[in-house]
Amino acid sequence: MDLELIVFWLLSFITLGSALSVVFLTNIVHSALALIMTFLGVAGIYLTLQADFIAAVQVLVYAGAVSILIVFGIMLITRGSGNMQETNLFGKYKYTAAIVVTFLFGVIVYFLIQTPWSIATGTLPENTVSGIAHLLLSDYVIAFELAAILLTVSMIGAIVIAKEVKNFK
Amino acid sequence: MEFFDNIFVIAAQWIRDTLATLGFTSIWIEMSMGVVYLVCILGICTLAALFYVLYERKLAGYIQYRPGPNRLGPHGWFQTVADAIKLLTKEDVVPANADKAIHLLAPLFIFVPTVLALAVIPFGKGMAALDLNLGIFYLIAVTSLSTIPIFMAGWGSNNKYSLLGSMRAVAQMVSYEVPLVFSLLGVVMIAQTLQLQGIVEAQSKIWFIFLQPLGFIIYIIAAIAETNRAPFDLPEGESELTAGVYTEYSGMKWALFFLAEYCNLFIVSAVGTTMFLGGWHGPFLPGWAWFLIKTHLLFSFFIWVRWTFPRIRVDQLMSFGWKVLVPAALANLFLTGIGIYIFNNGLGW
Repeated sequence: MDLELIVFWLLSFITLGSALSVVFLTNIVHSALALIMTFLGVAGIYLTLQADFIAAVQVLVYAGAVSILIVFGIMLITRGSGNMQETNLFGKYKYTAAIVVTFLFGVIVYFLIQTPWSIATGTLPENTVSGIAHLLLSDYVIAFELAAILLTVSMIGAIVIAKEVKNFK
Repeated sequence: MEFFDNIFVIAAQWIRDTLATLGFTSIWIEMSMGVVYLVCILGICTLAALFYVLYERKLAGYIQYRPGPNRLGPHGWFQTVADAIKLLTKEDVVPANADKAIHLLAPLFIFVPTVLALAVIPFGKGMAALDLNLGIFYLIAVTSLSTIPIFMAGWGSNNKYSLLGSMRAVAQMVSYEVPLVFSLLGVVMIAQTLQLQGIVEAQSKIWFIFLQPLGFIIYIIAAIAETNRAPFDLPEGESELTAGVYTEYSGMKWALFFLAEYCNLFIVSAVGTTMFLGGWHGPFLPGWAWFLIKTHLLFSFFIWVRWTFPRIRVDQLMSFGWKVLVPAALANLFLTGIGIYIFNNGLGW
C-alpha cells in the first residue's frame, strides 16, 4: 500500500471524525476544540496535495485565529455550564434543520458532480509562494484589496458597535 | 575546522549510509531519520529547559544581589535535578469539577507547537531537521497554535483565576502576534526568501540587526509578550491571579508548562538569532557553536529584562501593542520597502 494513501486515509479519518464530534458532542467547548482538530486535518490534506502555503495559511488563519475568535465567542455567550441544550436555543427545531441540511447537501453534491475535475499534469514549481504572490498582486489585485478594505470596514464597525460612539450628533 | 563545522551533518549522513548498507529502502531510511530528528529535538528541548531553569535562577540571584540556589552540588548545579524528582513524585491533583480530559491534555498539547517549531530552526549550515521553503511562515503558523493549550488549561481547570488568566493570555498572544509577524516581514523582504537557511545565507555580509534595528526591537518586545514573561506576565501575575492559568496545576503537569515556557523562550531566542543576528555566521568557531552562543546571549537578555522591569497593567499592555507596536511595525515595513526600492533602482539620477 502506498504511503501517501495511508496518510490520506488517516487524515480523512481525523478530519471527518472530529467534524462529526463538533456536531455530536454535548459540551460546546469540546465542540470548539474538535473544530480546531478539523481545521488541522484539512491542513494536513492540503499538505498531501503539495499545497504547502495553503496548508500553513489554514493553520495560521483557521486553527490559530478563527478558532480563538470562536472560543472567545463561546466564553462570552455560554449559558450555564456550556451544555449544548442550554446554550443552543435553536437546537429543538429538528425538522427545519433536517430540511435545510438536506437542501444544502443536495446543492453541494450537485456542484461536485457538475464540476469537470481535471487532474493537473506536469510538475509543481519548487516555490509556490512567489507564484501566489505574483497572481495576488497582478491578476487578482482588485479582489485582494477589496478583501482588505472589507476587513478594515468590518473591524471599525465592530469597534464602533462595541464602544458605542458617544457625543454623536 | 571544516570537519567540526559539519560534524552533525556528517553524523546524519553516516546514519543514512549505514541504514542504506543494511538494505533499507529509501522510505524506511527517511522514516528512521525522522525518528532520529525527533529524538534530537526532544533532547534539545529537555536539555535547554534543564539548563536554562537553573541558569535563570542563578542569573536572577546575581541581578538581585543574592546567591540563588547554592546548596546542592557545586554552586547549586544539581538543584534542577532535585526539583525534577520532587515534581515527579508529587501527588497528581485534579480539581473536583474540572473538565478532566481537557485539564489533562493541555500540558501535553503545549509541547506540540514547540516541537514543531524546533524542526525548522537551522542550528548550523545544513543543520535544520526540515529545511522547508516556507520556513519562517511555517514557524509563525505553528506557533500561533500555542494559544489553544493555554485556553484548554484555563477552561479545563474550573477555576476563575485560571479562566481569567487564560483569557488574558489568549488576548495578549493574539495581539502581539501581529507586530511580531510584521517585524519578521522586514527581514523577509530584504532576504527575498522565506527559507530560514536562505535568510541566514543572506546575512553573510551584514547582519539584519543593522538593516532592521527597529524591526529587531519590535521583535524582542513582541517575543517577550508572546512567551508571557515579565514585564508581560499578566496571564500568571501572582499578585492578581494567584498563578493565572497554572493555578490548578501541580506536580508533573505544572512542570510540563514550566518546561514549555523555557523551550518557547529558547525558540524565540533561536529565531531572533536566525533572523537578525546572522545565525551561524562568525569567525574561528564552528557554525553551530556560534549559533548556540548568540542564542544564549539573547536568552540571557530576556532573563535580564524579566528581572529588571515591573509588570505592566492589562490596559497598558493592549494600548501599547495596538497603538505603538503595530504602527511602528507598519512604518518599519514601509521604510524597508522604500529602502529596497532605492537600493535596487538608485535615486533616479
